[in-house]
Amino acid sequence: MLQRDVLVIGAGPAGLAASIEAGKAGADVLLVDLNMQPGGQLFKQIHKFFGSSAHRSGTRGYDIGKQLLKEAEEAGVEIWMQSTVIGIFPGNKIGIEKGLDNGDKEIITLQAKKIIIATGASENAIRFEGWTTPGVMGAGAAQTMINVNHVKPGKKIVMLGTGNVGLIVSYQLMQAGCDVVALVEAAPKIGGYAVHAAKIRRAGVPIYLCHTIIEAIKGEDGCVCGCVIAKVDDKFQPIPGTEETIECDTITLAAGLKPTMDLVKLADCKLTFNGPFGGYIPLHNEKMETSREGVFVAGDTTGVEEANTALEEGKIAGISAAEELGLISSENADLMRAEIWKRLDALRLGPFGERRMMEKEHILKEYREIIGTPISAE
Amino acid sequence: MALINTGYLEYEELSAIQKLPDQDRFAKGPVAIIECVQEIPCNPCEAACPVGAIHVGEPITNLPTLHGEKCTGCGMCVSRCPGLAIVIVNKVYSDTTATVSFPFEYFPIPVVGEERNAMNRKGEILCKGKIVKVMNPAAFDHTPVVTVEIPKEFADEVRTIERIR
Repeated sequence: MLQRDVLVIGAGPAGLAASIEAGKAGADVLLVDLNMQPGGQLFKQIHKFFGSSAHRSGTRGYDIGKQLLKEAEEAGVEIWMQSTVIGIFPGNKIGIEKGLDNGDKEIITLQAKKIIIATGASENAIRFEGWTTPGVMGAGAAQTMINVNHVKPGKKIVMLGTGNVGLIVSYQLMQAGCDVVALVEAAPKIGGYAVHAAKIRRAGVPIYLCHTIIEAIKGEDGCVCGCVIAKVDDKFQPIPGTEETIECDTITLAAGLKPTMDLVKLADCKLTFNGPFGGYIPLHNEKMETSREGVFVAGDTTGVEEANTALEEGKIAGISAAEELGLISSENADLMRAEIWKRLDALRLGPFGERRMMEKEHILKEYREIIGTPISAE
Repeated sequence: MALINTGYLEYEELSAIQKLPDQDRFAKGPVAIIECVQEIPCNPCEAACPVGAIHVGEPITNLPTLHGEKCTGCGMCVSRCPGLAIVIVNKVYSDTTATVSFPFEYFPIPVVGEERNAMNRKGEILCKGKIVKVMNPAAFDHTPVVTVEIPKEFADEVRTIERIR
């Protein structure tokens, strides 16, 4: 059986950051990801990132992705792409369906001293009449089409949701040459940053608050040719008689994300439900260690946030794994983590962050009360 | 706040939150207007300014503040702001016209001399504008800064030009 010091699952910002830290400390790191290319969502983020200028803000997402890949290479991280983890067993034994250069797959079993799960999150669907009609897609899918594959999803687009994903992807669709004809939001206020909304509005695109999509209209070709929106009451129920029809060929859904928990469950980590963070998440401590000894988590898997927090959490997980391997002294690891937590706290300030700060503290407290010290699965 | 219900800032709302340059400062020439009104964790504008005229400090969720007397209106902050929320306004471009320099990340990139529809924060066309400058060096990282000349009375309202489709 193959042996590795650290197995990192998921090559997005959290997984890359974790791999780099563990690799720099001298660990033998294997990073696996089921996609064609590493970087997670970074390579479709063509906008300049918010955050601290000391930590790559003002840099476009894909450039951050390139920097991380270079650092991972320098840290000696081994990367397997198109490779899927299919089993996590007691004793940290892992089953991986490894993608081979010739396109075939091979089942590999491997034992890792430490496991870091950074599998990200997936988009929520919203169901309405006709929601399975071709032309209805996740906002993330539309973003991948324009920014990675350079294909327009349609000409006239209606976006459901005004969180940062809905606002940013709407802007990028316009940059790609599509027309965004409306944004529709059930809440009475815009969800994302005002500066993102301002870009949409000064381009002349209307934002319908207190509205939802109740139907995707199917054209003769079987694809979307419009949508029906309606006002909603304070319980988010459509109000009869308020329907309006908007002509469009694409409906994109930006209704939030939920943490991807399959491997966390497979590893038998203790979960908790957290609405603001997107659903079930693994309980973890300040070292990003789960209830299972030697199994760490980072990024959106621990609660949906954004790339900056994912990067910082990934670093913590990598440092903590290296510490448990004896590659970093506990004293140094504590100092490094304290610095990172300070930055995480700064990222979780202000009206958009304070709820996440509170929830994170709540999760850490729950861990202390319920778990205390991680449980060995031997 | 009207902003979170509409997506755009009213001038009154902006001037209540951000300390804007006074008339004396406008009389001296180009100056930055920072239309950033929410406490989000972001500070590249502070590092972008070569003369230290923008302050964010700690924590990085502080709103940026502009020191109007230090600001030279150079426009370095305009391309660096991830929120595209800074413009440079020159109210004394000529006796009758002002200029607004704004980030513009759409193709086609305007060219000097072109006449384009100038728009306000709501996306309404206010007037015609003449493109007088387009800066797009590598340091701006694909965020061209476009300067449009417009009648003076629209200087506080014009924030972009119409996108050509």
